Formats: sequence, structure tokens, C-alpha cells
Amino acid sequence: MVWGKIMEIFKTGKTYSFMAKRLPFLGLSSILVIASFILLFTKGLNLGIDFSGGTLVQLQYTQIAPVQDIRDILAKNVKFDKGVVTKFGSESEVVIKIPTSTTTLGKDIGDEIREILKPTGEFTVRRVDMVGPKVGDALQEKGIMALSLALIVILIYVSFRFEWRFAVASILALVHDISIALGAIVLFSIDVNLDILAAILTILGYSLNDTIIVFDRIREGINTSKESELTKVVDSSVSATLSRTTLTSLTTFFVVLTLYLFGGEIISGFSFTLLVGVIVGTYSSIFVAASFLVQLGFSISSYRANEANKEKRKKEKDRLRAQFEQGMV
Amino acid sequence: MNIFNYRLVIFLLATIFAVVFSIPSFLQTDDGKKISLGLDLQGGLHMLLGVQTPKAVEGKIKSVAATIKYFSDNEEILIDELNIKAESLSFILLDSDEEMKLDTMLGEIKGLDISKSDRLSYNIRLTEVEKEIVKDLAVSQAVETIRNRLDQFGLAEPSVTRQGKSDIVVQLPGIKTPQEEQRARELIAKPANLELMAIDEQRSDQVYNLTDEEANEYGDRILADSNDQNIKYLVKQIPILTGSQVVDAKVAFDQQTNQPIINFTLSSFGAQVFGDFTAKNIDKRLAVVLDGKVFSAPVIRERIGGGSGQISGNFTVNEAGNVAIALRSGALPAPVIMLEKRSVGPSLGADSIKASMVALISGFLLVVVFMVVYYRIAGIVANIALITNIFIIVAVMAMFGATLTLPGMAGIVLTVGMAVDANVIISERIRELLRQGKSIHKAIEDGYKNAMSAILDANITTLLVAVILYAYGTGPIKGFAITISIGILASMLTAILGTHGIYEALLGRMTKDKNLNKWFGVK
Repeated sequence: MVWGKIMEIFKTGKTYSFMAKRLPFLGLSSILVIASFILLFTKGLNLGIDFSGGTLVQLQYTQIAPVQDIRDILAKNVKFDKGVVTKFGSESEVVIKIPTSTTTLGKDIGDEIREILKPTGEFTVRRVDMVGPKVGDALQEKGIMALSLALIVILIYVSFRFEWRFAVASILALVHDISIALGAIVLFSIDVNLDILAAILTILGYSLNDTIIVFDRIREGINTSKESELTKVVDSSVSATLSRTTLTSLTTFFVVLTLYLFGGEIISGFSFTLLVGVIVGTYSSIFVAASFLVQLGFSISSYRANEANKEKRKKEKDRLRAQFEQGMV
Repeated sequence: MNIFNYRLVIFLLATIFAVVFSIPSFLQTDDGKKISLGLDLQGGLHMLLGVQTPKAVEGKIKSVAATIKYFSDNEEILIDELNIKAESLSFILLDSDEEMKLDTMLGEIKGLDISKSDRLSYNIRLTEVEKEIVKDLAVSQAVETIRNRLDQFGLAEPSVTRQGKSDIVVQLPGIKTPQEEQRARELIAKPANLELMAIDEQRSDQVYNLTDEEANEYGDRILADSNDQNIKYLVKQIPILTGSQVVDAKVAFDQQTNQPIINFTLSSFGAQVFGDFTAKNIDKRLAVVLDGKVFSAPVIRERIGGGSGQISGNFTVNEAGNVAIALRSGALPAPVIMLEKRSVGPSLGADSIKASMVALISGFLLVVVFMVVYYRIAGIVANIALITNIFIIVAVMAMFGATLTLPGMAGIVLTVGMAVDANVIISERIRELLRQGKSIHKAIEDGYKNAMSAILDANITTLLVAVILYAYGTGPIKGFAITISIGILASMLTAILGTHGIYEALLGRMTKDKNLNKWFGVK
């Protein structure tokens, strides 16, 4: 039985030699990241109205949406000739995106579109989003701030709890994951709105989660085993956490998959990004993060010496304090 | 062994708390704190408005000018060339003997920066401090005014809150149709600046030959008729009275034409000013100006003392209603503009709820079944923790009166996926120790101990990211960050403490039974 076999993989306690193959994996990752960057700089992100400003109108027709008619009517109007009409989820729904917005409260673009599209058939206005250019700029700024701040905080926390090379390796793994996720977003021309930013930050949290659990095991391996060759400790730690990594990734993957399949068109961009993120995040925490650690030249013996030193200093301090206190008494 | 250990007791208390406080949200009962649905789920209108505060400074200058004019007229102090230029006003005092009197009066108005060039030529502007005060007041007054207007519009639960220095967030969950939405927006935007102004009878004949600049030099303004853009009136720049003196306004119908009109009542001070003015200007015309358009310009036949007046024009009943509401609720001290708008139809909201519920339930079932198949009874224990986790998220959100948005729903779905992680880590550790031949008791104790640092480090970093998301996010993103944060904190309680407590309670049975496959899925 296949299921039985899958269960077996996790039970054997076998150690796989991941680190012996780290260069091919790093090579594959580099290719993916470079490809993503090329996509980012050539095709570019498809900024949605949240960041670029503009108007989005979603209409639901009672029959099949007359996309061509809508395009014709919009094309004749100077104000709306830059409008983009796309089907949205079903045959009867369309989304119209216009790069401009109005500041008047009275009659706005949404109202005008509703009026000029009257001849195209019976429809209900399901959604009108309008974001002014100022708000879009502010959001863009805030988004970049949030991302960079998150990375800095992680860097500090991981350095504090582990060691600086661990922090750098985990950040590199994160940059790897986010770049590839962004590449996928560009490749599939997904509109980048606030929800995509949330998805990216979630990937960041998720992938970090995975990486830290592997690193925690490596730290434990360093502290408890007699092994002084890093690649061996890494191999046994990654192997030991393999069942957990795969299980959690699978459950999360399936949850996100149901979100993607049944969550409706509105959150499909969000769930798609997460789907990519879960796959890439899992891959990177097994194959990439620890490889970076090895490549950064982390040395077990100096780490142990360092830890021993810390311990010695602490003991010395305690001893001095004890002496001091005794002296006081 | 130890059925009621402290971990289990805490977990049970938390479970009871969570269930009790989440009932109002699940059943959507009328009383009790519950999670309200965000506008993206129930449909409605969300707007971010910007108040154009520099206009409020201009308005303030205008009212100072009106005060000076009223005072000098009343005290028979001769002044000339009273002029307003955006953020400053100037005039010349003709009678130097009155300087003391005038300066005392000006001294009573706070925040003025007065400069006199050759002693009697006055130039007045607001001090920087006063400008900031005026701007700040304009925003809080705009919030108040918009709230009043929406309350009188008869919508359920409008929410108007200030955001930052000059922005206002308006949320209207009750809006159902685009027509309704448009009316609400128009009502909010209506400046409702009522001004009673004197017609410049001396130069009135030249109105069609004057430019705006020339009129300005005479201290006049050219205004168009509300019905016909081509009819112009030349009015004195400084109004006799403004809408701030209106205490009531009602829609009525003209007895002759049966057209809707608006009757307004002035405050007692306004009535006095109005009475004084009409007494002195019999046979001259008075312009009723609303938002820069002349609605009527009747000839004054006698002193009007009652302090009431009317606005007539080609109103529809709806329009007249909007004007009356706007006048009653006070004028907007500065115009507001739309910065961001999100409106969601109720049907789309319902679809979104349905879709995310399907995703939530199917994702949840998948995880639950998977855990039981893989971990057997340990899986059931993890599932109990997971269910409690969802109850806690709902209960805590309800207690804080949080709103559930679509990204918030996604956050809960995601938490379901990630909350089992802690139990996967722990169970894997326990299995590892069991395979090494440790006793069940030892395996559980050490399993939790070994797993702890990984779980803590992983959760703390995710929590840090969620906090940053909350700090830098707006509306929907904040909702997502909140559910994730609550979910993480709750999972510490349920997945770590709760399951540990359950294992402790079951320990006696487990050690007697010794069937590791049944308990932990270990063959």
C-alpha cells in the first residue's frame, strides 16, 4: 500500500545525506531566484489598485457578460478608454479596472460606469473599490517598511537565540522564498493588492517557522552529540525533523489548497501565493537553509568553545557574586 | 494517575470560557458581545475622506471679517477697503480716535496676528498656533457633522472616526444599493454653507462687465444663480450671517407653487444681527446663498425680527431633505475629498462568507481526519486542542469587539493549518523517544521538554511578524494579523498546555494498556 510506504519513510529514523548534495540544490535555488528577478525586472509586478491607485468595478450580469460590448462602450469614452475588462470567476461576472480615481464624493467613477453601461444588459454592481494616488503611495511605502522591518526583527531575534550565521542563513532562505513567490506572482500576472502583501508576510512567517524548527534541531545536535563535523549534524537533524516538516507542510498545503479551490475568486490570488509559498518554504527549510549555514562556514568547534566560554564567564560571575555576598554577610 | 492536574484544569477553564463567550458569535444572538462581520462580508460602504484643512483657515478669516464689519457698523467706526485675501484680511481705519476701541475688540478675538503698516492700515492673519488649532478643530467638527448627517439619514450603525491628522474613516454597513450609496455620499459631501449676503446695489448694474478680480477690489463677489448659470449677482464679500447661526431647518412646501422649500431658524444672536441689518437696509436686496450659489434675492420690505427665513429653489423633495439635514447638522468647516472608497454589495459579501466557510470546514475536516489516521489517539488529543483553539479565537475576538473580515477568515483557516504544527512536533518527539524504548511517562515528559524550544522560537518569530503586520497594515490586513496573533497565543495554551494535561490524565490507562500503536500510531 502506498499509504503504508509513506508512513514508513517517517518511521525508519534513517539519516539522509542532504549536505553532500547541497551544491546542486543551491544551484537549482539560484536559478529559480535569478529567473524570478529577471521576471520582476522585465515583466514587473502587476500592481493592483491598492498600491497604484485607481478604480475597480465588479459587475454581475443576469446573463453571460457581454465583455466586447463593455469594451466598446468604454473605448468610446475618453475617461475610461484605459479601462481593462476581464472575466471574474464566472461567465456572468466581470471586473473593470480603470487607472484613475475621482476625489469628489458626489458622483464618482462607479456611478458613471453604472450609467454608461446600462445598454449592455441587466447587472448588479457587486463591488466598487477606489483608491486615490496618495493612499496608494502611502500603502506602498508601508508595505515595504513592513517587509524590511520584519526581516530586521527576525535577524535580531535569531541572532540572539542562535548565532549570527543562523540568522543570516534564515534570512537568505526567506529572501529565496519570497523572491520565488514574487516570481510566480509576476509569471501568472496576479494583481498585487494588500491581500498579496499579507500572503507574502505569511509566507515569511511560515517559512521561518519551518527553518527555525530545523535550526533548533541542529542547535540541539551541536549541544548534545559528540559529532564535530557540521554536515553530519545537519544531515541527522534535517532527517530527524523530516517527518514533522513533511506532515505540517502537507496539512498546511491541503488547507491552503481548499482555500484556493473553494475560497472564491476574491481570495484566489491570496491562496495561490500561499500555495507557492508553502511549497517553496518547505523545500528551502529542508534543502536550502541549512546549506547556507554550511556555506557560511559555521564551525561547531568554535561555537562550542564560545558556548563553553560563556558558561565559564557566567560561572566566574556567579562565583564572584557568591564571594561578594558572603563577604557582605 | 493524576486526572485533575493543573494543566488540565487550566485547559478546561479556558475551554469553558471560550465556549461561553463564543456562543453569541456562533448563534448571532441579540445580546452578548459578538464578532461583527466586516463590510467585505456583510456588504456596505467604506470610505477614507480627507479634510481640506487650509479651507478652514480661510473660513475663519471670513468670520473674523464679518465680526469686524458688524462691530464697526454697530459702533459707527468708519473703516474702509475691508478685503479678504485667502489667509489674511486687511482694512483701513479712517478715524484714528477709534483706534483704542477697535484694538480692544480685536484683542478679544484669540489667535490673531495683527500688523499695522502706517498705524491705521490693518493687516490681520492667524498665528501659526491658531492655524493648527483651527485645522484640528475643522477635522473634529467634520467628524461630528458627518456623523450627525448620517444619523439623520436613518442608516443602521454608521461609524465615523478620525484617522491621523486630517483623514476621516466612514463605514456604512447598511448600504444596499448603489443609489442609496450615492445619496449617502452626496449628503456627506454637501458643504451646506449658508450665507446671507447683501447685494452691492451701487455697482449691481455693472455685474456682467466685471471680472472676479475687479469685484474683489471693491470688496464684492460675483455669484451665479442656482437655477441659471447666466444670471449673476454682485454681493458684498463679507456675509451678514453664516450657517453657523442656524439652529433648525425643516422642509416645507410653498403655498403657491407647492414646491419644496427649506425653512430655517436663526439663533438669538443671529436673529439680532439679521434684524439690525434688515432694519438698516429697507428696499435693498438680500441674497440667500447656499454653497456659493444664489438661491433667491428678495427685496427687504421691512425689518425682519423673528429670526427665520427660507430657501427656495428648484429642489426635489430629496434634495430639500438633504439640504435641511445638512443645515441642521452644521456646515462642514472645510470641504472633504474622497481618498479611498470600497463598497461591497450584500450578495458578494454573502458569497464570500459561503466560500470561506466551505474552505474553512473542508480544510478543518481534512486536518482532523489526517491527524487521527496518522497519530490515532494522540491525533484525537491534538484535534481537541485544535477545536478549542478555534473557540478561543472566536471568543477573544468577540470580547474585543473585533470585526471578522475576509482576510481574517483566511487567517483562521491558516491557523488551523499551523496550530496542529505544535502537536506534530510534540508527537514526533514522543514517538522518537518511544522507539528508543523509553517508558510512556518518560517519553511524554521529555517529548514536551525537547519540543519546547523549537515551538517557542517558531511561535515568537511568527508572532513578531504578525505584530509588524498589525502596526503597518490597514483595515483588512490588521484583521488578518489579529486572528493570526490570537491563534498563536491560543495554540500555546491548547496545543502545549492542554494536550499535556490530557496526556497526564490518561497516563494511568496508557501505561496499563501499553498499546503504542493505538495511542501514538507507533508500530
